Amino acid sequence: MITTEILIIGAGPAGLMAAIHAAEAGAKVLLVERADRLGGQLIKQTHKFFGSKAEFAGERGMDIAEKLINLSSDISGITIWKNAVVLGIYPDGVVTISHEGAFCTVSPKKIIIATGASEKTMAFPNNDLPGIYGAGAVQTLMNVHGVIPAKRILMIGAGNIGVIVAYQLLQAGVEVAGIVEAAPQVGGYRVHAAKLQRHGVPIYTSHSIQSAHGDSCLEGVTICRLDEQWQPIEGSEQYIAVDGLCLAVGLSPLTELLWQANCEMKFAAELGGYVPLRDANMKTTHENIYVAGDVSGVEEASAAMVEGKLAGLYVASVLGHKKDSFTKEFQTAKSQLSALRSGPASVKICTGLSKVVLEEVG
Amino acid sequence: MRIVNHPILTFPKQDMVTFTLNGQTIEGIAGEPIAAALHAADVKVLRHSHGRHRPRGLFCAIGNCSSCLMTVDKIPNVRVCIEPLRAGMVVETQEGKGKIV
Amino acid sequence: MPSQERFAKGPIALFECMQQIPCNPCADACPRGAITVKEINDCPSLNEELCNGCGVCMTHCPGLSIFVVDYTYGKDAALVKIPYEFSPLPEAKSVVDALNRQGQCIGTAQVIRVQTSPNKTNIIWLSVPRELAMEVRSIHVMKGETS
Repeated sequence: MITTEILIIGAGPAGLMAAIHAAEAGAKVLLVERADRLGGQLIKQTHKFFGSKAEFAGERGMDIAEKLINLSSDISGITIWKNAVVLGIYPDGVVTISHEGAFCTVSPKKIIIATGASEKTMAFPNNDLPGIYGAGAVQTLMNVHGVIPAKRILMIGAGNIGVIVAYQLLQAGVEVAGIVEAAPQVGGYRVHAAKLQRHGVPIYTSHSIQSAHGDSCLEGVTICRLDEQWQPIEGSEQYIAVDGLCLAVGLSPLTELLWQANCEMKFAAELGGYVPLRDANMKTTHENIYVAGDVSGVEEASAAMVEGKLAGLYVASVLGHKKDSFTKEFQTAKSQLSALRSGPASVKICTGLSKVVLEEVG
Repeated sequence: MRIVNHPILTFPKQDMVTFTLNGQTIEGIAGEPIAAALHAADVKVLRHSHGRHRPRGLFCAIGNCSSCLMTVDKIPNVRVCIEPLRAGMVVETQEGKGKIV
Repeated sequence: MPSQERFAKGPIALFECMQQIPCNPCADACPRGAITVKEINDCPSLNEELCNGCGVCMTHCPGLSIFVVDYTYGKDAALVKIPYEFSPLPEAKSVVDALNRQGQCIGTAQVIRVQTSPNKTNIIWLSVPRELAMEVRSIHVMKGETS
């Protein structure tokens, strides 16, 4: 049995920040990541991030990933396991892990779960045809592996992921047939949509996909206009020939471990689905389990990084590792988070958070 | 298709290895996910579903969804979106649940 | 929008950033302290007298929403600087299709300079007919004009 003070599950933006800040405070951290590399989904973000300097704004997500990965590797208090899949959290606090194919047991004092989220799909005829991908999947293929899966792609969903990935498709030389959005307006940042529009990409608001077509692979899709009640308008069908379709219709928190550990969960549509109840210090209803990032509610990566920092600092302090600067750093992180969430673009997130945060944030 | 010119990223040319798909030789980069090598070779049908034998392909690319299960070196249900490619691998389109030998 | 008088003095940055989103790298980037984002969700406000249209903010803006316009560039032509993150880059002196905000080709522009940036948000200096300076926001690079 391996012992550690803090086990952090997931080495994306939240997990890396949690590890860095907990270890800097003096805690002994075991950071486990199921993939063969660190950074989570940051490594495929070729666009520059919003936010402020404290969240690395203006830098590309993949460069932020590199920075955090280097920081985490330089701190002696962090042990990193890649290819490490957490299998279970047992009532006695023991965590079982498949590490490089070998079964191990770990006994941590505290756990921070930062497992992120997975892409949602949507229901329409032939939605299982090869050539229909999650938008993030295409982002992984092209930005991490340098492979483009189609010549002409239609994007479903004009939230930030939809507009960002559509722009990255253009950058990779793929023709973007358009973006289809059921709402009457673009949900993503207007500046992202503007980048696409000035390159001639049509944005079909109040439209939805009706069906996909193809024999063994996708050959085209039929889209239609929606009325004010979001119902398809008969006769508005339009066929678009594409060999790729990206679904950017939201993410679901990857909460399996939290359910398994009996953390109290609550459904918050604004946060992507079931998320754990937690307090302002990221502690769940389980005495030793904390959360950070998308697993606690789907939000921007900048917020995930700050949540990771908060959780890391706090859990370290609970274990007696408190730097002199703790109070200041902790308060700064809290105000950073409330600043990020204070604008009109974050109203939905705040509504969701009000349902699951046990005390006022910030 | 592989990206050659990209405004932000660089993809240095790497040594190619060969593997087979249903007996046919295909090239790919060692260490990249099998699914990436297949997509670079324009192969999108990875399996046929067990109920209605419908073609299925890649969906999430990060090991979440199990849409991309193939038989690799006789082992069925391998998530090829995260399984690194090695020279000489024998990859097969999976029919249904695959055969456990 | 700057006044006619300010435009007559030389190049100035234009912020096509009209939505309140949490973002302020432009303010940190300006070497002259001309840009203010008071609360992080506020839209940037520009001190037009301090701004000299250098374009440093353009390379830092995550939304690629800052442009520089210089009406003093020529008698019939204005200079428009646009951020550009595509490959290949246009060749200096080449003539390219000029696109408006809807991606429609509204004329041609001559590439005056291609200013590459370490962060890969390059700045293309375009000479456009004066009357198009408020319209041209992108380009389409045709074959044979690439570097």
